[in-house]
Amino acid sequence: MLASAAIAQTAPGDSSAIPALTIAQPPPPNPATNVKAEDAPNDGGGSIRVTWAASPDDGAGRKNVASYNILRAVSSPTGAGAFDTVGSATAGNTEFTDGHTEDGIPYIYIVEALSSVPSPGGTPVMVSVRSEPTGVAYSNGQWFHMRRLNALIMVIIVCGAILYFIQQASSGKELFIRKIAGLDAVDEAVGRATEMGRKIFYIPGTQDMDEVQTLAGITILGRVAKVAAEYEASLEVPVSRSLVMVTCREVVKEAYLNAGRPEAYNDSMVYYLTDDQFGYAAGIDGLVMRDKPSTLFFMGAFYAESLILAETGNSIGAIQIAGTAMPAQLPFFVAACDYTLIGEELFAASAYLSKEPKLLGSLKGQDLGKAIILLAILVGIVMTSFGAISMDTSDLDKLGNYNIGQWFEVQ
Amino acid sequence: MWMDHPGWVLFGTWVAALFTLGIATFLYKDNPVYKFCEAVFVGISAGYWFVSYFWQTLLPKLGYPFYAGVKTVFVGPAEWGWLVLLIPGTLGMMMLLRLVPKAGWIARWPLAFIVGYTAGLRLITFLQSNAMTQLQNSVQPVVRYNESGQFLGWESFNILLVTVGTFAGLFYFFFSQEHKGVFGRVARVGTWFLMITFGAAFGYTVMGRMSLLIGRLDFLLADWLHLIR
Repeated sequence: MLASAAIAQTAPGDSSAIPALTIAQPPPPNPATNVKAEDAPNDGGGSIRVTWAASPDDGAGRKNVASYNILRAVSSPTGAGAFDTVGSATAGNTEFTDGHTEDGIPYIYIVEALSSVPSPGGTPVMVSVRSEPTGVAYSNGQWFHMRRLNALIMVIIVCGAILYFIQQASSGKELFIRKIAGLDAVDEAVGRATEMGRKIFYIPGTQDMDEVQTLAGITILGRVAKVAAEYEASLEVPVSRSLVMVTCREVVKEAYLNAGRPEAYNDSMVYYLTDDQFGYAAGIDGLVMRDKPSTLFFMGAFYAESLILAETGNSIGAIQIAGTAMPAQLPFFVAACDYTLIGEELFAASAYLSKEPKLLGSLKGQDLGKAIILLAILVGIVMTSFGAISMDTSDLDKLGNYNIGQWFEVQ
Repeated sequence: MWMDHPGWVLFGTWVAALFTLGIATFLYKDNPVYKFCEAVFVGISAGYWFVSYFWQTLLPKLGYPFYAGVKTVFVGPAEWGWLVLLIPGTLGMMMLLRLVPKAGWIARWPLAFIVGYTAGLRLITFLQSNAMTQLQNSVQPVVRYNESGQFLGWESFNILLVTVGTFAGLFYFFFSQEHKGVFGRVARVGTWFLMITFGAAFGYTVMGRMSLLIGRLDFLLADWLHLIR
């Protein structure tokens, strides 16, 4: 490190008069040049990107550049402060992002090329040579992430299609939605509960209101509660989150009101058990074994408790209708339930059941989005395949313009 | 700490073991032992989560910063960033108004806020992870060659299979079209792919659950009974 200190005292870029190198050692590398610092683009602030042209000895010339150190100082009217190392880059790299800056503070940077040389004692030491300092750079946040423009375009297309179809549905145009088998069974399942004089249990998943599947599950609950109110069936909704409990109460209350039976609703129909995943599962299992409901609905986001719940319901011979978009839990519901809404069917269910223009239009718009995605995949596959054939290579990187999949890369 | 005392550790092991066996009695049928264990489990976990939310969410994210912010106004130098905390604080208070019968309707506003922001926030996340990333990864050449230009039959078949499965699966999830004719047949192929995938996922997950069972048996036989090492 002695040599490094000696060089650091010399003028930037000048390594000709270095006392420590007067001994028989290889000369230090040439410095990195054209060093620039600028605000890192497309971020929320707090980072500056430093770029440089590699030292002539990095991979060429004397080939003695081992790595680069990036040094930073705060600039002031009286000159730069002390330079501190803020990071490093291996030889061959010409870019570094300093992710620990404070927005609005003027920073200047130096790139230090490092080389390992043998010392008289035999132990190699690092010698360094510094570049010219950069100009002043500030970090700032940007309002728009320009590399996510593709996501914006997709949102505009899908949302535009949804708004168009909502408008169509609102103006009275009939929008077709195919049958969803599990949902046709809702009336049947509620009717069965009424005939048998047993309860209906509705489980809206184990996640909170920030999970879209919970929202979908609660929307379906509105429909189930309305049918239950019309059939005068007994409905119970044990939940595992306080916010879900509050929302479910609102939804069930409104459903009973719409069914013309507000007096049949009471808050105790929707109750909280516990936030704990397996505590909740144990609680429901106990309730199911004791009350022996004739119908069980599992609609929402589930994790490892899915099979415990569905298997218990199956063991008492209840009709079970499940719906989730959790890929790992779907197999268990498919195996243990009578009907299962798979993935997006859960989200489509509310539109199918309610026939509301907003939901129908939304579903149609999403279908258009799927059609666009299918088309993009098809075109992309054809282009990349022809590209692969014409170039006789399996290397996707070389397909360049043929690979339109890169248009959809998410940064 | 007192909880590290060997006596307490032994006591904890016995309690955990007896509750494990108590819950396992459900495999036979519902019984008073299971009811007791279930009630304790549900009650303790509900209390635990309440305390956890209070100390790990409510106070660090609202209570302490709010107090520190207000303090700066009186002690100085005054900072005003804490004023933003009034938004979640007010929404939380509005939620509690459910307890007041005449003002219960106010609780609907924070709920509407939660539902709205969840839908908006998740729209972008889902679009990126569930649509665009999948789309990008699906665009693959269905003919593959190695470095020397030799056709790779098996790799090409794999890619073709994935492509057919992706298309057929997506056809199944079209809701605007009746599943009849050619469309219906393709969607049918999609359900086969889905069911095969579910079968594989079932087996994979069951293996994971077996390891959980083994972990519990290990606790009973090693930590509790010391029958195995």
